[in-house]
Amino acid sequence: MAGLTHPADLKYTKSDEWVRVEGDQATIGITDYAQDQLGDIVYIELPWDAQTLAHEDKFGDIESVKATSELITPLSGEVVKANEALKDNPELINDSPYDDGWMVVVKLSNPAELDGLMDATQYKAYLEAR
Amino acid sequence: MTAQDTAAASLKRTPLYEQHRQLGARLVEFGGWEMPVQYGGILEEHRAVRTRAGLFDVSHMGEFRVTGAGALAFLQHLVPNDVSRLALNQALYTQLCRPDAGVVDDLLVYHLAENTYMLVVNAGNIDKDFAWIQQQSQGFEIELTNQSDETGLIALQGPVALAILQPLTKVDLSAIAYYHCMPGMVSRANCLISRTGYTGEDGFELYCSANEVTDLWQALLAAGKEHGLLPTGLGARDTLRLEAAYCLYDHELDDATNPLEAGLAWTVKLAKGDFIGHDALAKIKADGLKRKLVGIEMVERGVCRGGYAIYDGEQQIGVLTSGAPSPTLNKNIGMGYVEITQAVAGKTVQIDIRGRRTGAQIVALPFYKRSK
Repeated sequence: MAGLTHPADLKYTKSDEWVRVEGDQATIGITDYAQDQLGDIVYIELPWDAQTLAHEDKFGDIESVKATSELITPLSGEVVKANEALKDNPELINDSPYDDGWMVVVKLSNPAELDGLMDATQYKAYLEAR
Repeated sequence: MTAQDTAAASLKRTPLYEQHRQLGARLVEFGGWEMPVQYGGILEEHRAVRTRAGLFDVSHMGEFRVTGAGALAFLQHLVPNDVSRLALNQALYTQLCRPDAGVVDDLLVYHLAENTYMLVVNAGNIDKDFAWIQQQSQGFEIELTNQSDETGLIALQGPVALAILQPLTKVDLSAIAYYHCMPGMVSRANCLISRTGYTGEDGFELYCSANEVTDLWQALLAAGKEHGLLPTGLGARDTLRLEAAYCLYDHELDDATNPLEAGLAWTVKLAKGDFIGHDALAKIKADGLKRKLVGIEMVERGVCRGGYAIYDGEQQIGVLTSGAPSPTLNKNIGMGYVEITQAVAGKTVQIDIRGRRTGAQIVALPFYKRSK
């Protein structure tokens, strides 16, 4: 997994999303490993309008040149906003998966779900074992 | 994110497999082969071919030699295009058709010497095609050999392909016309230099022996470095051929399609005499096509792909055979078969993308044609 980064201050899922917790809200995106696996990202569908998500709901679709994939939320809550910049520039996810490539912000309805996520060390170990 | 499958261990590999690994290629299964889908990235590789040059390993493709006194007569019987018009060192594009005009494969036929022809077929169809050709050759005085395993093939494609290749050979490349070839040394390899390709750019396909192809690959990469040559995988190969509106077997062509509806009437020479599928094709032509291959350009946001349905309001009028983003046009494009009465350039249609009808329009093919 040389060359891929997974910041220490984030939480991670087995389906390769990252979570940044800020108070009662969480920002969700996909990891450097995920964008590398996908290759050039050319399209994303996100909840552009408000939506209520439950743990493990599909919250969008992401497409690379060759592949389509679903986005799964690890957390339940109300979608506060989705990253509109990704409509015209989905490649931001490849270039900056943790910053400009953020996908949705969710107001958490069940913060206990955070306990089920991995930290960076656990996620890296998970990647090594794959 | 949902996980992707990984390639099985029993896949075939070309002689250049180790080169791809060393270059950090992502390898995928294609037609029973483990091939590079990309090295640095599909969009980057696509753009390199359109603006500079790309290098493709296509050694997985099949090569058959047909020789003997009956070679021309047999090939005239076997394919719908007119093989008799091939001068020495000239090639043509055609199909293997069934009696009902369904397509077994598409291929190139080269006239290499007196009574000597080379057929170049798709990698995934090598065994099927060989069996078909062998079966159809009963009663013709020919020898048929499968030289696929001994043959390496590299494609060098792009506006600077000739500039990259010329220093490596004494053969005057500018004298080789499109769809013609010339034998000659390239670097240290004995090659058949063919001015053909599958990208819509100028370029060359270099046939050599399997044990020379690795040195040739490395020599080309080295020679191309200062020109910005990139190794290019199957991902970009597909986006490039789609922009040029070239057919891909199992997408635009298969047993249930005929060459006429695929837009390949220019390769079907009904007047040359009888051949397998002749009468079926003549009838299709006389009756008129029922459907036709068209271009699709997305208007609303969304990527169209092979298998997606094409609608005119509530009525399905066709289905896509291929689809992908077009890096050159900066749009999402596709090809598909549409009912003949609806197959009109400029017509507004909708593509079913994951259950949502998404606005698109029918456009004429090709999407891209190189200048000059």
